[in-house]
Amino acid sequence: MPFITRVVRPTARVVSVRGLANSAVRQKHTLPELKYGYAELEPFISGRIMELHYTKHHQTYVNSLNEAEEKYAAAVHANDVQAQINLQPLLKFHGGGHINHTLFWENLAPKSAGGGEPPSGELSKAIEKNWGDLANFKKTFNGYLAGIQGSGWSWLVKNKELGELEIISLPNQDPVVGKYVPIMGIDAWEHAYYLQYENRKAEYFGAVWDVINWKTAVERYSKA
Amino acid sequence: MQFSSLLFVQLPAFLSNLTNPSGPTPIVASSPSIVTSSASTMAAEAPKVAVAPLEKYMLPPLPYKYHELEPYISEQIMKLHHDKHHRAYVDKLNAAMEAHVKALAVSDVKAQIELQQAIKFNGGGHINHALFWPSLCPPGLLASEPNSAPLLIEALTAQFGSFDAFKERFKVLLLALQGSGWGWLVKTQRNVLELRTTKDQDPVTDDVSVILGIDMWEHAYYLQYWNDKASYVDGIWNIINWELLEARYDGTAAPTAL
Repeated sequence: MPFITRVVRPTARVVSVRGLANSAVRQKHTLPELKYGYAELEPFISGRIMELHYTKHHQTYVNSLNEAEEKYAAAVHANDVQAQINLQPLLKFHGGGHINHTLFWENLAPKSAGGGEPPSGELSKAIEKNWGDLANFKKTFNGYLAGIQGSGWSWLVKNKELGELEIISLPNQDPVVGKYVPIMGIDAWEHAYYLQYENRKAEYFGAVWDVINWKTAVERYSKA
Repeated sequence: MQFSSLLFVQLPAFLSNLTNPSGPTPIVASSPSIVTSSASTMAAEAPKVAVAPLEKYMLPPLPYKYHELEPYISEQIMKLHHDKHHRAYVDKLNAAMEAHVKALAVSDVKAQIELQQAIKFNGGGHINHALFWPSLCPPGLLASEPNSAPLLIEALTAQFGSFDAFKERFKVLLLALQGSGWGWLVKTQRNVLELRTTKDQDPVTDDVSVILGIDMWEHAYYLQYWNDKASYVDGIWNIINWELLEARYDGTAAPTAL
């Protein structure tokens, strides 16, 4: 499955970038396919949360990203640098929202499909090397989640410079970029748990491990 | 409420040196590092002075019942928001302040700096919610009518073109928040009304008067409105305490109790 699903949408007007003779055909972002039913992560994440999270929140990031990209293309076409810079926060927020949720759905799985089964192979060894065992890793990770002041995500990442696994937290919808490769992420926005867990977010952080798809994480690590 | 015992701080060593002619006189302005190292070596000998007993912050009671903002904000949201979320900010602020006083008492600057973010986040959470609750009131009360704030409405109309234009501008700003945060209507020292947002629990700390703050954290509306935050914003205008906003605007409101 590609990292971000795209459909080719031929645009009426070919966008030409100054100095480039070739034209680029812009593509529209779409919601990626969810590989399980909304209710299949229950009782750890309710079907209602999954439905709203996927069909409303993620969809809004996708729509707003497409809008922002359209405006950005127009700004590029008009050679308007100021407008491009002005659009950057929107691209970052909605683009980040799309990237993060796409990664998140893939690194979740129903229990019947292996959700919660511990990682194997090199990833398992690397986790043990850094945190002793999986239980201590989860405890440390949950400390990062609990420490987020506002909306945000915590990630297990590979630091490409050091070749090491790390846990990081990022605010709002800032995606994992730069020297980090995302291996597994957990959404700590209130919309990810509030309908079921209300203010008891520690309970959500405890339960979500039962539907973590470590197979996806192992695969990402092998390519990182 | 007071702590049972008084807390003590060490008199900074460079101050005690001033009374000790035989000791070295640090050059405070040009060499702060000397002061720091001198402070730590002299700490044990420095006399203790009592500081004011630490007051604990309290969860302010709501000026209405949990269900009284319905149908615009549900009873369940109000209960959780006030009794769980706001209480957690108060408790964590008190813990951070207590730890800060201890760090101050032993001149541990590093520990004090480490506590800054906890004080900002939880202190901000306490301040923001304490401003928020009294700015709301049950729908149908006289106070909930905008004409309870004639001076403020006049100023908003003059500045934004119309009352509706003000609400629309505020709404656009609130919906554009990326993540958790608050939207604010403030009055500057030059009597200009200004709309702004702060992220997470960052409070308004500059020299302006807060007229109204609207909580845009998802916990403020999600149980009732889900992802439809626009409807939450539209609904909240029915439960604004314009009487209090007018008093905040003309400067006659009592300071918000923390």
